[in-house]
Amino acid sequence: MIKALINTIPVEVADNTTILDAARTVGVKIPTLCKHPDLRASAGCGICVVKLKNSVKMPRACCTPVENGMEITTHDPEIVAIRKTVVELILSAHPNDCQVCGRNTQCELQNALADFGIREEPFDKIVPQLPKDATTGTIVLDPAKCIKCGRCVVVCQEVQNVWALSFLERGIKTRIAPAGDINLADSPCVRCGQCSAHCPTGAIIEFDDTAKVWSALNNTKKHCVVQIAPAVRVTLGEHFGFAPGVNLSKKIYTALRRMGFAAVFDTNFGADLTIMEEAAEFVQRFAHGKGALPLITTCCPSWVDFMEKFHGDMIEHFSSAKSPHEMVGAMAKTYYAQKNGLAPENVEVVSIMPCTAKKYEIHRSQEMSASGYQDVDTVLTTRELSRMIRQAGIDFANLPDGECDQMLGDYTGAGTIFGATGGVMEAALRTAAHMVTGENLPKPDFESVRGLKGVKETTVTVAGKEIRIAVAHGLSNVEHVIGKIRAAKMAGAPPPYQFVEVMACPGGCIGGGGQPYGVTDELRAQRAAGLYAEDKDMPRRCSHDNPHIQNLYKEFLGEPLGEKSHHLLHTSYTPRPLYQR
Amino acid sequence: MMTRDELLKIKQEILSKRKKATVTICNSTGGIAAGSRETYQSIRTEAAKRGLTVDFEAKRCGCLGKCAEDPLLTVAVEGMPTVTYARMTPDRVPALLDRHIVGRQVIPEFVLEKNEAKQLKIVLRNCGIVDPENIKDYIAQDGYTAAAKVLLEMKPEEVIEEMIASGLRGRGGAGFPTGLKWRMTRATPSDQRYIICNGDEGDPGAFMDRGVLESDPHSVLEGMLIGAYAMGASIGYFYIRAEYPLAVERVERAIKQAYGLGLLGKNIFGTDFSLDLEIRLGAGAFVCGEETALIASIEGKRGYPHPRPPYPSVKGLWDKPTCINNVETLANVPVIYQKGATWFSSIGTGKSKGTKVFALTGKVRHTGLVEVPMGTTLREIVYDIGGGPAQGKKVKAVQTGGPSGGVIPADLLDTPVSYENLQQLGSIMGSGGMIVMDEDDSMVDIAKFYLGFCVDESCGKCAPCRIGGTQMLRILERLTDKKGAPGDLDKLRTISLAMQKASLCGLGQTAPNPVLSTLRYFEQEYRALLPEAAPTR
Amino acid sequence: MTTDTLELEKIRLDVDKICQPWKDRPGNLIMVLHAVQKKYSYVPRRVSFEVAKTLDIPLARIYEVITFFNYFKLEPPGKNVVSVCMGTACYLKGAGALVQELHQALGIRPGETTPDKNFHLQEVRCLGCCGQAPVLTVGEKVYSRLAAGQVPGIVQAHTAEGAQ
Repeated sequence: MIKALINTIPVEVADNTTILDAARTVGVKIPTLCKHPDLRASAGCGICVVKLKNSVKMPRACCTPVENGMEITTHDPEIVAIRKTVVELILSAHPNDCQVCGRNTQCELQNALADFGIREEPFDKIVPQLPKDATTGTIVLDPAKCIKCGRCVVVCQEVQNVWALSFLERGIKTRIAPAGDINLADSPCVRCGQCSAHCPTGAIIEFDDTAKVWSALNNTKKHCVVQIAPAVRVTLGEHFGFAPGVNLSKKIYTALRRMGFAAVFDTNFGADLTIMEEAAEFVQRFAHGKGALPLITTCCPSWVDFMEKFHGDMIEHFSSAKSPHEMVGAMAKTYYAQKNGLAPENVEVVSIMPCTAKKYEIHRSQEMSASGYQDVDTVLTTRELSRMIRQAGIDFANLPDGECDQMLGDYTGAGTIFGATGGVMEAALRTAAHMVTGENLPKPDFESVRGLKGVKETTVTVAGKEIRIAVAHGLSNVEHVIGKIRAAKMAGAPPPYQFVEVMACPGGCIGGGGQPYGVTDELRAQRAAGLYAEDKDMPRRCSHDNPHIQNLYKEFLGEPLGEKSHHLLHTSYTPRPLYQR
Repeated sequence: MMTRDELLKIKQEILSKRKKATVTICNSTGGIAAGSRETYQSIRTEAAKRGLTVDFEAKRCGCLGKCAEDPLLTVAVEGMPTVTYARMTPDRVPALLDRHIVGRQVIPEFVLEKNEAKQLKIVLRNCGIVDPENIKDYIAQDGYTAAAKVLLEMKPEEVIEEMIASGLRGRGGAGFPTGLKWRMTRATPSDQRYIICNGDEGDPGAFMDRGVLESDPHSVLEGMLIGAYAMGASIGYFYIRAEYPLAVERVERAIKQAYGLGLLGKNIFGTDFSLDLEIRLGAGAFVCGEETALIASIEGKRGYPHPRPPYPSVKGLWDKPTCINNVETLANVPVIYQKGATWFSSIGTGKSKGTKVFALTGKVRHTGLVEVPMGTTLREIVYDIGGGPAQGKKVKAVQTGGPSGGVIPADLLDTPVSYENLQQLGSIMGSGGMIVMDEDDSMVDIAKFYLGFCVDESCGKCAPCRIGGTQMLRILERLTDKKGAPGDLDKLRTISLAMQKASLCGLGQTAPNPVLSTLRYFEQEYRALLPEAAPTR
Repeated sequence: MTTDTLELEKIRLDVDKICQPWKDRPGNLIMVLHAVQKKYSYVPRRVSFEVAKTLDIPLARIYEVITFFNYFKLEPPGKNVVSVCMGTACYLKGAGALVQELHQALGIRPGETTPDKNFHLQEVRCLGCCGQAPVLTVGEKVYSRLAAGQVPGIVQAHTAEGAQ
């Protein structure tokens, strides 16, 4: 343990604790701007500088480890004045259009300016003239607002291993752009939105589709239906004063109805449906040898994009099942529409997702219009929904509980845990066991696939058989898993895993690119805990026990992997090799 | 395998082959630019024509110091004093051969006005003497005998102690004790350590390192050999600016020749110490003179500095303990082991031991590379060695430390040169650039020049340097455009403080120095550019 | 095969040749890029792609590096690259005036290339020839101790070359 003094307060911390973290333990908050708890310190902004006794230098608190006997001063008039100058300098290179910026009231730079009491701009305004890039239709780059904190680059390169974003040029001309200044849409970008989730300002924000949805809601010809993703229910509350992880599905249903949606569905239903199809797929391959092992999950569109671009040779392992919200969309425009005498072209499906990539998924191929019309019309992120709720004059915190439309809204515990890393795997195993043995597992929990470890490798025993499993989240962790699979293939050895789940975002969808800002591992754990808590208390915890799912098959689909299922609920993939990463 | 006996043999062989009359001509960048290659060819042709081949030899060497007078050459005829001739274009060759070589008469109108009196050539000891393209020439000057002594007679810890005792400090500008750096690198347990020679001399106006690498690359190589042995490194890199193609070529050749004689590679001098050296090029980024940025550049990344700790001696190139030493620092090393730490530490001042090479340029009569013991005053350098300003002009100030340094006004020229003294005056030793300015030079202009350089070279990672530098430059540009505003000088000071304290690396931390220093001594020049009080109507 | 495919294949072979001696040596990226620029006089986009593939480095990393380090050019320079040294000594001895004279002679400013692609003008930092300031180079040829009025002659000398 290291002993030191911070502002004459004694601290005792573990080896290699930074001054920043050590200060926190005694209630001292050193201001930062470029540091993010998720990411290694890039030491860029220079705001967290502190003084050390007997030294003229001012090291950065975010990356300087505390040493025995250090005497640190975090605040004095000179330090504060220097920090203020740095913030003023950053402001001088930043546009003054807060009022019309997508991060207004949620911007870390605004917070810093407010905290420092900046009332004047002493320096020339030197904002670069750089064009926006909205080519992906999911994420919008506005490099003029970039404060060069470097978080997006670290996330895109190191955490996600996608390498779409990079720092180009140098000095005052430094800017963030894809390699060679190509459009983001032509770059390796998989639209995961982790860049926007970590960006402190409005330099990277989600593509705003709220106007489109308002238009549909106000269009009397349209029958608007909506669904919410598992991860949304435990995070939307963060925008309205609730703690992370509090399950607010019922308030959300009410809010959505008040906004004018004719029907409120739940993607968790779609999750149960996905499990029906995917577990069947798994059983086919695992128990009956039809198809390559491992089977790899595909409900994550960023992962699908990544796979098609960089691991096209793995496509035979991909589950052909669509993602849950796509399934609900397809069902909404066929089953639901038919049952309610609606013309499918008048049904408008909106998905509320924690995810930016879903905005791309909905038109990724013709198969996303299996119903004859685009199955899901618009995707809104959690952030966009909370803006719409405010705009609609809805006092979210004080809403009464509501219900969803059970036909495509009823769900089991298996459906809800889809939002956390390991959730899809666990849900699939529960149903796979039933499909093989005809019975439910006595204990449907698989703790070994839960948690924030980057790659979880485990073996589970289901119906007397051992299944080798890998669960990865965060795309850089995928290399490890894919590498092992490929190596085994080349050597002609049996596959290292038989079932693999991948989620592009660290933590799974609860940490998605469209979620409320400020995600940390602590928040991820809290959000996931909310989902697992719901699962634990539900009367039905396995997808196949969902009566509305059973009904859907009986009345409409036939059976999992049947012809109708295949047409509406399955998709195919094509290798789309890019120049390379 | 090379042995001490073999080294001696080579030396004796070379010395015995020395001719009675030798002309040695500068073959460094300055000389070549002035046409020394043509002169060399002309000497050979004319000598052959005159049948002067048995007792006469034309050789090529490195920098002879006073580049403004290039092409320079020295003439050594047995029984006559050795002379250096200046501006030796091919048209002067016939006279050189006929009057001096054959006629044994010094030619007064060719003689270079020398300024060696107060100089002490340790780093530059072989410059202008050895042919940098021939390792045997270096051996003839007792080259590699220090390395042999170290590898065969001393333990690594003893080598480090000797270096610490010598008091040698990093000559790249930071002045960190070299022995301590070696010790810290050795102290980090690792399966691999690296030694890097920092040849990224980026200060505009500095060419000491270029001079040494072009003129005496083996001195640096031998320094690396000794250093690597001391710290336990088995792989070393020369990081050289791409803008120094001749230096790169000379070092490449030197490395090859060293391998050829078993002075690099496995089991040097028959010990179990091995060292492999390679060259890595810079690519036009001044910031890569900073250690962690240099490392990033070799690793194939953008040249962004890294916060320290961890220091490179703990976690450097590819996360291994790494020691980066400047060219001039390394060139000192062999001499320290030849003549001993006591001898070395007897030169210089209390805390600044040894000599310093300066690139003396600007408004002085004799420009070029000079080497003086620490403690020599600036006045001695500018006047006794530099010859003072041109006729009728007065020295206004001397700038040291390049873009990280400051100006020393004429009335402080009696300051003895040392790390401490220069720092106290608001400048730094820096890598050795020394620019003399006269009454025609504007202090605001020179501050603006250096700041512009830092802004161009800023890596852009940290806000204080990236934005602060640009804002300071805008203010200076406004001032020199006579569009200054009343609060401008205060703003310069405010931004300077933020840059000095909150920049990530030395570039940003020292970029304000020229401004602050010129403000300190020449504030009136700044004030003269501010608007006068608005006239009332 | 189309000319495009043929050209790509040639690039692939050329890059392979350049990368061969460096492939297994650590710290090779900048060295490879230097070799590329030596061969092509700049770093063409397609060649960057090939280098990224051959060295198994993300393209983003290649561009991060070539846009950071001033030495690398992304556009083909003119036939003759005129580099005016802007080091301190040269600056004090009139490098600025040289740039003006070059503007008069060639009609371009630093960073620009003449329309006939014969000359490219750039300012460089310290060629290390400070004793002979001011200095400029045209390609590898160094011109030092320049006085006013010498510029037109230098340009002329290289125009004659360039015309061939």
